[in-house]
Amino acid sequence: MTKSNSLPLTHNSHLGTHSERAEIFNKDFDRTTWHDQTLYMVRQKRDKAAFQIDDWELLRETASQIKNNVLSNMHDYLLQFEENASNNGIKIHWAADAKEHNEIVFGIISDYYRGEIPDDTFKGMVKSKSMLTEECHMNEFLAEKGIEVIDTDLGERIVQLAEEPPSHIVMPCIHWKKEEIGELFHKHLGTEKGNKDPQYLTEAARQHLRDKFLTRPIALTGVNFAVAETGEFVVCTNEGNADMGAHLADIHIASMGFEKIIPQKKHLGVFLRLLARSATGQPITTYSSHFKKPRNGQQMHIVIVDNGRSTQLGREDFRNSLKCIRCAACFNTCPVYRRSGGHSYHSAVAGPIGSILAPNLDMRANADLPFASTLCGSCSNVCPVKIDIHQQLYKWRQVLVQEGYSPTSKTLAMKGMSVVLSNPGIFKFSGKVGRMLMDKLPFLVNNRMNPWYKQREMPEPPEESFRDWYKKNRK
Amino acid sequence: MKVALFIPCYIDQFYPKVGIATLQLLEKMGCEVVFPQNQTCCGQPMANSGYEHITGDCTKLFQDNFDEYDYVVSPSGSCTLHVKEHIPLKGRIYELIEFITDILKVESLEGEFKHKVGLHQSCHGQRGLHLSQMSELNAPFFSKPEQLLKNLKGLDLVTLDRKDECCGFGGTFCVAEEAVSVRMGQDRLADHLKNGTEILTGGDTSCLMHLDGIIRREKHAMQVMHIAEILNQAMIVPSLEG
Repeated sequence: MTKSNSLPLTHNSHLGTHSERAEIFNKDFDRTTWHDQTLYMVRQKRDKAAFQIDDWELLRETASQIKNNVLSNMHDYLLQFEENASNNGIKIHWAADAKEHNEIVFGIISDYYRGEIPDDTFKGMVKSKSMLTEECHMNEFLAEKGIEVIDTDLGERIVQLAEEPPSHIVMPCIHWKKEEIGELFHKHLGTEKGNKDPQYLTEAARQHLRDKFLTRPIALTGVNFAVAETGEFVVCTNEGNADMGAHLADIHIASMGFEKIIPQKKHLGVFLRLLARSATGQPITTYSSHFKKPRNGQQMHIVIVDNGRSTQLGREDFRNSLKCIRCAACFNTCPVYRRSGGHSYHSAVAGPIGSILAPNLDMRANADLPFASTLCGSCSNVCPVKIDIHQQLYKWRQVLVQEGYSPTSKTLAMKGMSVVLSNPGIFKFSGKVGRMLMDKLPFLVNNRMNPWYKQREMPEPPEESFRDWYKKNRK
Repeated sequence: MKVALFIPCYIDQFYPKVGIATLQLLEKMGCEVVFPQNQTCCGQPMANSGYEHITGDCTKLFQDNFDEYDYVVSPSGSCTLHVKEHIPLKGRIYELIEFITDILKVESLEGEFKHKVGLHQSCHGQRGLHLSQMSELNAPFFSKPEQLLKNLKGLDLVTLDRKDECCGFGGTFCVAEEAVSVRMGQDRLADHLKNGTEILTGGDTSCLMHLDGIIRREKHAMQVMHIAEILNQAMIVPSLEG
């Protein structure tokens, strides 16, 4: 399996910054075109679906206000949710960080097997889409404990077979072409060589996954919305895989970041209308599954995870990033994401929203991400909960520089620039010298060391500046 | 009306013709235009790179130059936005087009410009200063630059496939993320080429400088003009006629 612009397949930033990875991605011009156009089509579907609702902007504002209320009353809503969910028969667990989350999940599995994990292939877990478990690197953790996790979302299963992380939070394998999926399935699922028919491949995946659903006793799902008022939670999928997993398993574990809480059931009427329209342009996800209590004989657990969210909630400039409902509309509209691919972001959540969430988790590893943007602002405009994403990208840049995560060379250059630009005399003089040098010695700037010049011509230096012209002609 | 002109540093040094067109255009519209001589830069290049904390001297210099004026006008959406958001002034700064439509209350311009013109909506002008409606929002259409361009005789305004996608300039992004930046620029130009743009225009010289760099490297026939240059060239001044 070779994909021409396939990228380092891990989330470690030491394997390359966003710009380095994006440069590799862009080496394949046609594939970049295809990636851009595929995602722009999703943006257009979003526009079409959104604009069919006259009150779309009011809906966004309402969602934003509900989420603001949640952020300001997080403690109370979480306790209310815990009480109601517990009364419904759901066991609530609290995880301070990723490690605790993984250990709690393992503990539940271990208890189920009374401390002795059996040595057979059917003991594992089926999982429907949960970006939180990606954030916690849960699959790797459980694999080390001998527990296999089968991703059951088709896109996630594809990237899992390819041993890659998802490149998009809603469409995990959007960077894969159907020919490549045909090849992958031929290798792993024994489909016919060369068959790339989506119907055929989907059917093969369906049969393959059906077997896993029927044989695995543990199911894990994510949570889209947890309702404080009722103690229930809602999981949205297009494939029904959350239901299939949860309804067949002896144990249903749901992992949620604590920001998934909403106050009342009626608020689902706001968020479910926004979510799928923003994500894929559908009026609603195919399955919006409500889970309220375990069926007879089943255990139901919810692991509520902090993992840096309390810290983010305490950062005034960045707290409202926690309003995110993970629709990925900001990915699809982002001209940088569309031309660099999700793996360039080396973070579980890529795209513009990932770039404002990731520095909270690890500033050093993710210091490049807030700079992977032109600050065009399209992300903030499509966001269904009105997160000021591009403003936060700007603010993260300030924080990262002040916390010392900027190269010394850049700091020196900026300080030098500041001296020139705040002294009119030096500015006028250096402008003159610069233009003269560009004119007489063009090789000083027109060379491969200058990233501008690699694929662009430099501006042609004029004979005089505007201020020189003004002095001659107006004063 | 007395207007102080803010000519951003790179326009002063590399594109004096944009400054000249801006000044002449405002004069044709009856403004008394002055250019405070000690101005340099608003500080945006440092601030957008994360160094807002060292822009104090730039801010002070800017205020020293412009605080005495009620109206400061600049032919750059991006720099105008930065000043609006970061430099407190006694008066107010306007981007050139919004000054013409909102303060001078020019509904439409008379003049002639016989070309197929493609308008590049710069993000900071559009999404920052709201010079035109944004394609992401479910809201009524308006466009201040189109308002001024569309009645010029002979001007054929090109319809683009993606009417307000970023060109990829992005300040230091254009060198820090060179590959993506250039690719975004190439894609914008492909849209203009496909739809027949002869003259590419916009309100931000920075975006135009980036796009022009690609046009010249790839030897496209397209010409680049700042919107002030088009309006200045096209505008018939009633008082000077006959």
